[in-house]
Amino acid sequence: MYLKSAYEIRDKYLRKDMLPTIFCPGCGIGSALQYTLRAIDDLKLNPDEIVWVSGIGCSSRVPGFVNFDGLHTTHGRALAFATGIKLANPDLKIIAFMGDGDAAAIGGNHFIHAIRRNLDVTVILINNFTYGMTGGQVAPTALKGLRGTTAPYGQFENPFDIADLAVSAGANYVARWSVFNYLQGINSIKKALQKEGFTLVEFLSPCPISFGRRNRMKTAPELLRWYQKITVPLAKAKKMPPEELEGKIVIGEFADRDRPGLVREYEAYKKRAKKMMGWEE
Amino acid sequence: MRYPFPVGRSDFIQGDEAIARAAILAGCRFYAGYPITPASEIFEAMALYMPLVDGVSIQMEDELASMAAIIGASWAGAKAMTATSGPGFSLMMENLGYAIMTETPLVLVDVQRGGPSTGQPTLAAQGDIMQAIWGTHGDHSLIVLSPSTVQEAFDFTIRAFNLAEKYRTPVVLLTDAEIAHMRERVYVPQPGEIEIIDRKLPASEEEAKFPFGDIHGDGVPPMPIFGKGYRTYVTGLTHDERGRPRTVDAEVHEKLVRRIIEKLERNGKDIISYETFELDDAEIAIISTGIVSRSAVRAVKILRERGVRAGMLKLNTIWPFDFEMIEELAERVRKIYVPEMNLGQLYHLVKEGANGKAEVELIAKIGGEVHTPMEIAERVVG
Repeated sequence: MYLKSAYEIRDKYLRKDMLPTIFCPGCGIGSALQYTLRAIDDLKLNPDEIVWVSGIGCSSRVPGFVNFDGLHTTHGRALAFATGIKLANPDLKIIAFMGDGDAAAIGGNHFIHAIRRNLDVTVILINNFTYGMTGGQVAPTALKGLRGTTAPYGQFENPFDIADLAVSAGANYVARWSVFNYLQGINSIKKALQKEGFTLVEFLSPCPISFGRRNRMKTAPELLRWYQKITVPLAKAKKMPPEELEGKIVIGEFADRDRPGLVREYEAYKKRAKKMMGWEE
Repeated sequence: MRYPFPVGRSDFIQGDEAIARAAILAGCRFYAGYPITPASEIFEAMALYMPLVDGVSIQMEDELASMAAIIGASWAGAKAMTATSGPGFSLMMENLGYAIMTETPLVLVDVQRGGPSTGQPTLAAQGDIMQAIWGTHGDHSLIVLSPSTVQEAFDFTIRAFNLAEKYRTPVVLLTDAEIAHMRERVYVPQPGEIEIIDRKLPASEEEAKFPFGDIHGDGVPPMPIFGKGYRTYVTGLTHDERGRPRTVDAEVHEKLVRRIIEKLERNGKDIISYETFELDDAEIAIISTGIVSRSAVRAVKILRERGVRAGMLKLNTIWPFDFEMIEELAERVRKIYVPEMNLGQLYHLVKEGANGKAEVELIAKIGGEVHTPMEIAERVVG
């Protein structure tokens, strides 16, 4: 893949009057955003036909920085808003940018139901194990023992494996990478954007200020090294005994299938309705 | 266009059914909901009709999602509606606030039942008046309409869509279990017989740059819907005229929130609707809304037969509220009675409006039954 300069991507897709971003030094959201814009650019998608949707949190501020139609909604509900947009105008392609707390805690119900319906949307999920914007509280993805301001002695609950959850709920495409897997990340987003139905690319993303600082990893490089240590590629994980996988996070492509998306299902439903009422043959 | 129900003639239908048919005639093509008594029949009718008119009807996972979905649909260009009852209405408050802040046209039907909490699912009440007006947080305004018959449920639904589109605001249609399940004769007009108002769209690229400004001086900015190449950013955060978040700027916040409230306030004459009965020479006024006003009309007749100069004011619009009109009325009458199916919600508004110019007395009734005309008349006679 030929990589354009980051400046070129920035100038082409960002709203200059909104810069600088609100992101802290060392934050990984900018990287995930860049991968998404590179994927759009590489696929030559028409920005006029793309709507960015988000909930609340650091990553949810992304639609404000990109020069597309965008809906910055309430906490956790991005995918419910997206359902309305997509069904009201199926010509629009929807990218939902969301955080782990947004998607898996307050938005958990919307998340699993959007997947169950196979809503046509590409979710870019920033997982940093924490609530960054509100100052470092634990997220439902936080691994046991990790600290947050609401679990100062280390998380005692079990974490959600978001990718696993998405596969079980029926997503068409699910991949997880950390933000330093940039080529895999861009390729996954490209795949996701080209598929119908629900597609998810999860990024493990550094949050040195709210998360790292409380877990003895004050800088982005420290967090990236930690991600390298705790992540295990899928092929390797398959050969590992379960006890060795304890506390590790598997990365790779977890699902790639072609179940019909919600838009196609609804179109067929409309036809069925008209036929059952004798309006159409 | 073919309709899945007869148009241009009368039909004997339920209130919920009337709302669904009216919505479709008003141009609603997106319905998202979550089942709840006594509003479910609206959803069921929409589920039956929508696919036939190339609209969408979808059962969401909860009321929060229903409200979210219709906001999304509205920004994608569709006229959208949801319907619920008290407990679901409470859940919708979050995104109702979002719709107000982002000036999203939509219709939210609340079929009131006995509360608080899950209360009396199958029985009527008027306990959501305050919630409809003030339920969501922050300074805000919206439009609340209240029908008293099945025909009005039909007519007000069309009006709700028109007002929502005209003023780019959510409109709450506040009905109740009694009207929802009552069957009455309703005239369902031909599409050509009704006035339909559509939202103002940007006339140029330049206009589209200010989706939250006041470029026409009427407080209602044109709405650049998604997918037209305008690259509009919509946020529930305090935003400037271009839609950019400006969360710590007091001036921007004040300008935005005041405009949202004032665009409805200054169009009060167009939005506020009421009816009077025998009020011209009255010394006793009965002020009511919704189903109770039907008993109130009869009560006035009974009182007139007994020589009491009573009259009635029926409020079709509950918000914005015409405080001045109530004060003028209070100057003319000796006493105002407010019969309502709660322990005093409309009463507070009327009392504030009367401004001490007349005594205001509440005739409260809860438990699920509508006031009988005699109950009202007897309280007035004393």
